[in-house]
Amino acid sequence: MTTTVSREESAPASPRARLARLAQRQGALVILAAVVLAATFSFDTFGTTGNLSNIALQASFLAVVALGMTFVIMSGGIDLSVGSVFALGGVLAAWGAGHGTWAAILLPLGVCGLIGLVQGLVIARGGLPAFIVTLAGLLFARGLLLLISDEGATTYKVPPDSAFRELAQGELLGIGYPVWFVLVAFALGGLVLHRTSYGATVLAVGGQEDAAELMGLPVARTKVIAYTVSGLLAGLGGLLMASYTSSGVTVLGVGMELEVISAVVLGGTLLTGGAGTVLGTLVGVLLLQVIKNVINQVGSLNSNWQAVISGTILLVVVTIQRWLATVQRR
Amino acid sequence: MTVSPAGTAPPPATGTVPVLETEGLSKSFGPVHALRAVDFALQAGEIHALVGENGAGKSTLIKLLTGVHRPDAGTIRFAGGEVAFDRPADAQRAGISTVYQEINLVPLLSVARNVFLGREPRTRWGLVDTAAMNRAAAELVGSLGVDVDVTAELGRLGLGVQQMVALARAMSVESRVVIMDEPTSSLEAREVATLFEVARNLRSRGVGLVFVSHRLDELWELCDRVTVLRDGQHVHTGPMAGLDRVSLVAAMLGRDVAEVAIEGATEFGDTHRQAVEPVLTVSGIDVRNRLHGIGLRVRPGEVVGLGGLLGSGRSETVKAVYGALPVRGGTVEVGGRRVRPNSVRHALRAGIALLSEDRKAEGIVPELSVRDNIALAVLPRFSRAGLVPERRIDALVETFMRRLRIKAASPAQKVRELSGGNQQKVLMARWLCTEPKVFLLDEPTRGIDVGAKAEVQALIDELAGHGLAVVLISSELDELVEGADRILVLHDGAVARELTGEHKTTSALLAALAGGRRRAEDGDE
Repeated sequence: MTTTVSREESAPASPRARLARLAQRQGALVILAAVVLAATFSFDTFGTTGNLSNIALQASFLAVVALGMTFVIMSGGIDLSVGSVFALGGVLAAWGAGHGTWAAILLPLGVCGLIGLVQGLVIARGGLPAFIVTLAGLLFARGLLLLISDEGATTYKVPPDSAFRELAQGELLGIGYPVWFVLVAFALGGLVLHRTSYGATVLAVGGQEDAAELMGLPVARTKVIAYTVSGLLAGLGGLLMASYTSSGVTVLGVGMELEVISAVVLGGTLLTGGAGTVLGTLVGVLLLQVIKNVINQVGSLNSNWQAVISGTILLVVVTIQRWLATVQRR
Repeated sequence: MTVSPAGTAPPPATGTVPVLETEGLSKSFGPVHALRAVDFALQAGEIHALVGENGAGKSTLIKLLTGVHRPDAGTIRFAGGEVAFDRPADAQRAGISTVYQEINLVPLLSVARNVFLGREPRTRWGLVDTAAMNRAAAELVGSLGVDVDVTAELGRLGLGVQQMVALARAMSVESRVVIMDEPTSSLEAREVATLFEVARNLRSRGVGLVFVSHRLDELWELCDRVTVLRDGQHVHTGPMAGLDRVSLVAAMLGRDVAEVAIEGATEFGDTHRQAVEPVLTVSGIDVRNRLHGIGLRVRPGEVVGLGGLLGSGRSETVKAVYGALPVRGGTVEVGGRRVRPNSVRHALRAGIALLSEDRKAEGIVPELSVRDNIALAVLPRFSRAGLVPERRIDALVETFMRRLRIKAASPAQKVRELSGGNQQKVLMARWLCTEPKVFLLDEPTRGIDVGAKAEVQALIDELAGHGLAVVLISSELDELVEGADRILVLHDGAVARELTGEHKTTSALLAALAGGRRRAEDGDE
């Protein structure tokens, strides 16, 4: 039709900008590698198979929840309810285990998915801010948990003979089932994000909601799905935890939502939405878990240092990301 | 979905049955009637221009046609049947594609993603076929003469390229109607030519096109028919051929063609206040794609009017002078001293104040009191070590409320509760507190009732009488003619005419507004 026009804008990004881009996307990975290396040389116990698989197992519960949060944040939202929903899922699973393995699995998933669905509907169709709606969800789920556990006094036990225990306590090739769950879930998550319409729509909604609406994309449906999946995955995380600990611990998950959000942001997902990767989230979760582990290795260190260090790293990483974003734009 | 940039012809619509038609379409937003009983008909295989000044209802009509808003009354018929689109997706599925005025794409996603969002090519397993998508996008975008890496993030590309990507998206589906809302505003001449080629190609395939542009020349170049809207009402529909510029502009502005003189304006430089040195001297202001070498002088006590149709660069001119719009070149001097460019702070310090066009978005803080709204601009100057001398501010506010005759129960009343006219006066008071030497007023009387309008006009006169230099932008011809000592008429971002003395008449102004691309001798690049 017309002769091809070359433009300055299409010129490949400068090496500096590309490096900045890489660092922004994979910054957490660089830090994780550095911490792991340092820890391996500093503590004999760190690099052992036992310790590493322990880290992976411990991280898997957080990771499951963080995967759902990743999609919610990428869509421009936030889900503060995940900590409470996680705990509720655990208690429901432990209670349900008394009525059979299927009850232990389906009850928490059903209830937690429903909580996510309702939150999503109110946010997407009602147009209410996600912060408020999921804050209400946080209170609701925690209240429900206290109601069914006599204000936390009753801790339901998974019967010793229940096959439900196997779910998180079993191993394949020496690696716990929860870790396998996480690997499969994140692989699926990556596929959904990069290779389905839904993934692209999530990013479009988070990046420019008005434009997504005008492009005829199903904005509301996309959000409802994201919150529903987040609820489901939070419930799944709790369920796995109940299976692992063989009980429904009522005090779990307090403040967990903040840890999950930290992991997602550490992984390079923009808190404002529109960009991110699921692999980054996995790295963010591992980074938090490794820090926890390293602090435990230093026996003399008060374990409260863990929160202090995690907070500092979060701040530093976010600051660097912001700075790198401006470098790229130049 | 198959993708074919060249496309196969949709079933050709027959004869004179319009492909898209509205009858008695109305829409109100609160008390504002954005559209009143508008009839509009688009034939298959025509390019139909939709024109009108600010607030004419073009955007509202487009948003009703594309399912963004729903009409309060009236019907829309598409391809023969009545339709009611609940959301943009419905209209798109039915076969109406739209290129919106602001680029409505997702900057963080790749070019290819943006082109195919929501209808990505799939592999056998239902996954997005990235390779096919990139290939198709490259082909589509390439056919528009744009050579970019389609995997690049859209936000990193220039505005013109982004606009072409939006066009590629609209073309990636078979549509029977394509609506283009000011598609050329951010394009270079070369890209405009490509766009026109695409539009004509679509027309030859039987697609009906609605084309909105403020560049009048483009209408004659491209369009078959034109519909004019004014104040939300249908004014005129007819062929472009045989229509002269003055008649079109007269219809847009609501003027009788009979009162328009084709020849009216005269030579430049006929000023009548030579004695005093100008306080504001602007020369060679250049803003990319918007302004081309704007020059302007205002003497103390003088009101200089800026006329021009929508998109001619009036608001951009005052914003550039005020430092709020990045300029590529040119100088602004106040009282003989150069003002640092692109800095609102320095402009303010030099004594330039701007009353912007959109007082809701850029000025008034509705929940604050009259007093606090007025005091906002002087707070930094008045405060000592962070403390605000309450009594001095009270005195100042009282003075200005009296001088500007602001009708409020007390200085403590919330601005939200005031009438539009009084809100405008509060804003003017805020700027006058800074003791400006030059006051730039962008549509100061828009949207306020008749009585308040007269008061604001009287106030402007009074301020000039006290020696303030005023630049007045207005879309109302009478306001410019009566309010301004001189009128500069802008066209396509350059000064085209200057009207002074006896030549400063409504009919001469109208003729000048309609006049083609004649630019000031030294105005162009």
